[in-house]
Amino acid sequence: MSGATARTVTETGCHDLPVLYERGQHEVFCGLTSIVWLHRKIQDAFFLVVGSRTCAHLIQSAAGVMIFAEPRFATAIMEERDLAGLADMNDELDRVVGRLVERRPDIKLLFLVGSCPSEVIKLDLGRAAERLSRAFAPSVRVLHYSGSGIETTFTQGEDGCLAALVATMSSAAAEAAPSLLVVGALADVVEDQFRRLFDALGIERVGFLPPRRADQLAGIGPKTRYLLAQPFLADTAKALERRGARPIEAPFPLGAEGTTAWLEAAAAAFGVPAERVDSVTEAGRERAARAVERHRPALGGKRIFFFPDSQLEIPLARFLVRELGMEAVEVGTPYLHRAQLERELALLPPGTALSEGQDVERQLDRCQAAKPDIVVCGLGLANPLEAAGMTTKWSIELLFTPIQGYDQAGDLAELFARPLDRRTRLEV
Amino acid sequence: MQLTVWTYEGPPHVGAMRVATGMQGLHYVLHAPQGDTYADLLFTMIERRDHRPPVTYTTFQARDLGKDTAELFKDATRAAFERFQPEAMIVGASCTAELIQDDPGGLARALQLPIPVVPLELPSYQKKENWGAAETFYQLVRAFAGPLAPPPGSPARAPNPEPSVNLLGPTALGFRHRDDVREIEGLLRELGVRVNVTAPMGARPRDLQRLPEADANVVLYPEIADVAARWLERTFKQQTIRTVPIGVGATQDFVREVAALFGLDPAPVLATARSRLPWYSRSVDSTYLTGKRVFVFGDATHAIAAARVAAKELGFTVVGLGTYGREFARDVRAAAAALGLEALISDDYLEVEQAIAAAHPDLVLGTQMERHIAKRLGVPCAVISAPVHVQDFPARYAPHMGFEGANVLFDTFVHPLMMGLEEHLLQMFREDFEFHHEAAPSHLGPAAKAAAAPPDPAPEVAVVDTVVWTAEAERELKKIPFFVRHRARNNTERFAKERGVGRITVETLYDAKSHFGR
Ligand code: SF4
Repeated sequence: MSGATARTVTETGCHDLPVLYERGQHEVFCGLTSIVWLHRKIQDAFFLVVGSRTCAHLIQSAAGVMIFAEPRFATAIMEERDLAGLADMNDELDRVVGRLVERRPDIKLLFLVGSCPSEVIKLDLGRAAERLSRAFAPSVRVLHYSGSGIETTFTQGEDGCLAALVATMSSAAAEAAPSLLVVGALADVVEDQFRRLFDALGIERVGFLPPRRADQLAGIGPKTRYLLAQPFLADTAKALERRGARPIEAPFPLGAEGTTAWLEAAAAAFGVPAERVDSVTEAGRERAARAVERHRPALGGKRIFFFPDSQLEIPLARFLVRELGMEAVEVGTPYLHRAQLERELALLPPGTALSEGQDVERQLDRCQAAKPDIVVCGLGLANPLEAAGMTTKWSIELLFTPIQGYDQAGDLAELFARPLDRRTRLEV
Repeated sequence: MQLTVWTYEGPPHVGAMRVATGMQGLHYVLHAPQGDTYADLLFTMIERRDHRPPVTYTTFQARDLGKDTAELFKDATRAAFERFQPEAMIVGASCTAELIQDDPGGLARALQLPIPVVPLELPSYQKKENWGAAETFYQLVRAFAGPLAPPPGSPARAPNPEPSVNLLGPTALGFRHRDDVREIEGLLRELGVRVNVTAPMGARPRDLQRLPEADANVVLYPEIADVAARWLERTFKQQTIRTVPIGVGATQDFVREVAALFGLDPAPVLATARSRLPWYSRSVDSTYLTGKRVFVFGDATHAIAAARVAAKELGFTVVGLGTYGREFARDVRAAAAALGLEALISDDYLEVEQAIAAAHPDLVLGTQMERHIAKRLGVPCAVISAPVHVQDFPARYAPHMGFEGANVLFDTFVHPLMMGLEEHLLQMFREDFEFHHEAAPSHLGPAAKAAAAPPDPAPEVAVVDTVVWTAEAERELKKIPFFVRHRARNNTERFAKERGVGRITVETLYDAKSHFGR
């Protein structure tokens, strides 16, 4: 696929793709998991989960090898005496936060992250955050959101976190110049690339949410146009709109086509002429097309099956089908946010099988029956599927690796090509 | 409420999963929200299991609360029974389900499944993983062997014609359990003792009914098997073998204990030079191990065993001993007291880090957590205990128990340290130009230079320096071989700070050397 054709979005798909709705065992992490990348992104923020030993163990297991000296996340583990009412939960929380703030004077922003246990016992973290914000003003601001498994899956934790941040953005003056807000955590390298591209397009006032430091939070108002960089941010989008910002509808910046369409949408919203977009993106488009092309022999014609996990599944399927010639057997997603994914759905070939929610046992049956060439799934399923003869790609890597933008399109393709390549090399 | 950065143990239901996953034909239905399914990856990724753990999670959501979580549990249990056709089930609640009080045991009973269903009560807000494993194993043993209990006052059981024991404690995700079991089975076979049942690992629920047939129970991992073994001892008058065979001395004690119990002659098994550790430790190259300062931390069993091996079999000086497992804190305290130490009983990672830094060890024997601490402090480390990491499941046979285990321990404890002869030569030629201060140990290869230079800078820990080095003292310091220079620098600074000396001169350096010298 050449660079030129990659950027033209042709809506060959059908808006009413069949969706299989499943309700059974979900095999997806909860929203606490997103702390693992969010704390790397916001460099002066601390994430304090108010939960159980299970919550602490989940984050630690998901973080895997990423053990830091003293990470900027921790868990306030509730104990029997808290639940039995022997200790006042709010006093306990104040004590824990006090100790933390004293220990970590570098912390400017503290998130209290709700968990299933804190929600079931109806611990009011909103009030706690207000109280603690007052207590530690002005050095530390305290916010809260839910990362619980009864309310959120995996990437939705980021949605909750960003929505909480939106509430604290300053109001832009009514006469402020129009500004662009790019929403969704991106690797710093990707963010910098996009910043350069927006610069070249002449879009001057560009903010990123989340910012790298808490005090770099952009202002917001009716002149703010927001552009989602991640597909799992429905609540954040709502919060932004409540603050007057208006959306820029676009597919997501995965692959050459997605990135171009995403930039074009922003450019159009800011009145940048099409020729300028063309010339600014030309080099990137070509590089991306070349890099992607290298993986076409390995991936073209291969059949892919997505277990629901990161909510990136639909944009990924679009990229793999349209730019690499793969065939999507089933595209599972924990939630199908139609409002955010409309442009993406339109690009999927008619008849693409979507599934929302999960019954992992039945889905495994379907997967075994379909015999796909590669399966995208969570860490719990990967080795058992490999042992059953399938080739897999762990979805969590898609959150930890820079994959958006032109210069990562090849890397993104390679993430899928590598497991297949490995299979062909091994003779054991 | 406890502020926790890293945890040594998961919640108790993870302990139950370790038992269920180690066994065959047992299925666990866990009332839990979706995020708790992360626990599967412990088994499929860390242990590289090729099957999912036999666990069904109900994955209830907020909208189910107060409506039909109980119904959800029943549906999930029924569906799991139909799909997996297990021989038996265990059912229970995770931390969240414990709060909604659906009574998984009662709900499962109401389904009247045609198989035994064992309910588990694992208090998530009080207990942890090892306790959960021990409790689960105990409940299973009771459920299956309990009905065979002889009535009170029955005569003592007659010994089997061929001595036999059960091996109790190995589970899925256990630290070297896979290889320890093979090693100990072999040892027992040589002694002429038959292994009746090994459990939980590898056993089916119905195998647990055969537990009473053995003469004795070997408690390989007290953290997991002690409760069940005590119950078996009371109920079936079985003997209990409690020596944990880690290290040469402990393995010999174990052999003697088993032999004495059955009136067997231990001499043939003890006579053969079974382990290379004693000779390797006596060979001159090992002189350099003498008095190396070692900090030991882990689960109680492995920490106590490693301390004994370090002190008695390698000639190290144990400068710290501790455990995160409070259940066996008493044993660790006693072991520490015997070494003239006060045990560190803590599951607070930061407290452990502080204690290690304060002890200035040359080597840390710990868990994966201590490996990170040691890396930050620039101290070598060997892993001796859970919590586990993918590296703790080596492809090769690498038990820690038995005579082969002692060989593994020798290599594991010694290899992170400088090779003996090499250290000696470096000492002799320390002024030589090729041993300049940037040279790396030859066993790390030429590429090690950059990697061996500063230990990973801790990304988020500030280092405060309040003493200054005179240029002359700095130059003198550089003459000290690089592998002890780090310690020399720290010791000198510590010495200076303790005495309120702000400027370190050559004199201070040598004063410190004589102070810390040994
Ligand atoms: S699912 Fe709930 S209880 Fe489990 S780790 Fe996530 S927040 Fe904690």
